[in-house]
Amino acid sequence: MTRHFIKRTLAILLTAAAALAFGAPGAPASETIRIGTFLSVTGPASFLGDPELKTLRMYIESINKDGGVLGRKLELVHYDVQHLADKAKTAIKRLIEDDKVDVIIGPSTTGTTMATIPLVERAGIPMISLAGAVVIINPVKKWVFKTPHTDRMACAKIFGDMKKRGFTRIGMISGTGGFGKSMRGQCKGLAADFGISVLADETYGPKDSDMTPQLTKIKNTKGLQAVLNPGFGQGPAIVTKNFRQLGMGMSLYQSHGVASKKYIELAGAAAEGVRLPAAALLVADQLADNDPQKVVVVGYKKAFEKRWGSAVSTFGGHAYDGLQLAISAIARAGSTDKEKVRAEIEKTSGYIGTGGIVHMSPDDHLGLSLSAFRMLEIKNGEWTLVD
Amino acid sequence: MSQALKRKLADPRTGGLLGLAAVIAVLPLFLPNNFYYDVAIGAGLSAIVCVGLNLLIGYAGQISLGHAGFVGLGAYSSAVLTVEFGWHPLAAMTAGALGVGILAFLVARPILRLRGHYLAMATLGLGIIISIVVNTEAEYTGGPDGMTVPSLMFFGRELYGEAVWYWIVGAALLFTVWLSLNLIASPVGRALRAVHGSEPAAEIAGVDTAHYKVLVFVISAVIASLAGSLGAHYAGFVSPANVGFFRSIELVTMVVLGGMASTYGAVVGAAILTVLPQLLTGLEDYEHIAFGLILMLTVIFMPRGLVPSFFTIARNRLASAGAPPP
Repeated sequence: MTRHFIKRTLAILLTAAAALAFGAPGAPASETIRIGTFLSVTGPASFLGDPELKTLRMYIESINKDGGVLGRKLELVHYDVQHLADKAKTAIKRLIEDDKVDVIIGPSTTGTTMATIPLVERAGIPMISLAGAVVIINPVKKWVFKTPHTDRMACAKIFGDMKKRGFTRIGMISGTGGFGKSMRGQCKGLAADFGISVLADETYGPKDSDMTPQLTKIKNTKGLQAVLNPGFGQGPAIVTKNFRQLGMGMSLYQSHGVASKKYIELAGAAAEGVRLPAAALLVADQLADNDPQKVVVVGYKKAFEKRWGSAVSTFGGHAYDGLQLAISAIARAGSTDKEKVRAEIEKTSGYIGTGGIVHMSPDDHLGLSLSAFRMLEIKNGEWTLVD
Repeated sequence: MSQALKRKLADPRTGGLLGLAAVIAVLPLFLPNNFYYDVAIGAGLSAIVCVGLNLLIGYAGQISLGHAGFVGLGAYSSAVLTVEFGWHPLAAMTAGALGVGILAFLVARPILRLRGHYLAMATLGLGIIISIVVNTEAEYTGGPDGMTVPSLMFFGRELYGEAVWYWIVGAALLFTVWLSLNLIASPVGRALRAVHGSEPAAEIAGVDTAHYKVLVFVISAVIASLAGSLGAHYAGFVSPANVGFFRSIELVTMVVLGGMASTYGAVVGAAILTVLPQLLTGLEDYEHIAFGLILMLTVIFMPRGLVPSFFTIARNRLASAGAPPP
């Protein structure tokens, strides 16, 4: 009987202890402005999250050194969510409910963004996503903004370039993650407008490590002139390698989802001749001196490379733009009142960022035009501007 | 206090259950906001699955490496049947549980006639197949990014919000624990323990070992499916991340950490493994190292699991101190 009594008491104590250990809430919001972020710092999308987090850390440090915003210091609260939607859901709840952040920058991927939008809209807190797909801002969600160009714009830019080179019969191999899935749909919808027919259409999963079977099918499709690979992370690098191994003998196009030096490092020599649309940041030094973006992108590139000793990617640039949009909106609003900040972000006009010149409106929570995109080609392991 | 009442309280089926109910009732006082509720609900849902899994591991002596697959099937049944086919959520949940029960029976019936850990292999394969299907059938399941699930409607009321779901999951957990304790104390439970102890001996005593092993496997799979359906409606979202092999391993780890053949151990294991990663986020890059270290040390120093080991330690302390029984 004693045994049972102990058993019972201990069962209660243990569970209570677990509850108590957890009962200490995070520090309440003090005078600091709390910026919440949940990025894909590890896992197959670490391409995106790693430079994004480094950028946020670096600029928040330097802004705080200069006295902060509205005389208040900035504080970054970050959770790594990999590429996983359910981790993102836990993180956003924690940011909103427990950390009580004032504004959210991120997440990195379309999948994690789409999973968290319902919660953000219900809570009413401004969020600036760093993910690519057009579904994030179309239809417009009241509290959700984004900084990178959309997949739809990437399709248009790529198809424009294909048309110029006389390619009309193409194959597609897409990632099944949110961005790849969305861009695949957008490109297939847009292809006819450019007189392009998609004759082969294959997909691969986010953790797949060999795309030879899909590419073999594409190779065996008669008369293809080019292949387009919507996707981000490691997938496109593997596609690129397999593409060269199979000696496909056609042109390969990537999306802005690979606009990072890591892609060239992973794909190696196979990346030679690959074309992709990307922000001006990657070719900062090649921009004309009178280009309005030149000062911004060269400044960011220098600062990032000096601090972290690694090459810039457009993803870090998206985070830079997101942070600038957020703090300038807070500065203009004169407070961290969520509705005021949201309204100010929506009024952003003429902000020159790494992604382009931003003109937001109630119908456009991105504010970039197609001209913000440049067509790049990889030559000798470097980005070169072709258009 | 009369002897009869004391005996009643010391019985896990009354005293333990009352204790668990008290913990569930008092816990909200320590939950400052919805995020903490969210973690508690996650722990509760895992605990439900683990109580079912513990019946299989702790009492039938079989291991399932595909339980996350059953949870996933329940979750995706609720998601796909309601979204794509417009079923009522409760009908979808029931259909999911029935389907999983039949699937579990079909897999287990031929395999559990064999002696040894063949079930582990079969469930391992089954779990991976389920994971592949939900990842690739993007037309129905939304692929790797998952899909949204409508709220659970109950008599015309929408069940939404952490506070509501806390009580639903709490009640479901209590019910599952009650069910499990009664099952263990029933003739079925005795037969199961006999099977776990020695299969030949059990057979000689007239126990149809295959029958009981199949029965408990089906029960634990159905419990997993129902927990999956509840989880899908609570989160309003399903994704393949929680269907994969690693989640199955995590569930087994919860049972082993808490203590095999201990229903409350399964609950404690689930609670700890859900809460710990959230407590460790402050360590950033070292999170996974710390998590692994804690698990390793626990298994090395408390090989029988937390709850049974704590009882042993506490009993020894009391005995050596010569303390009078409380």
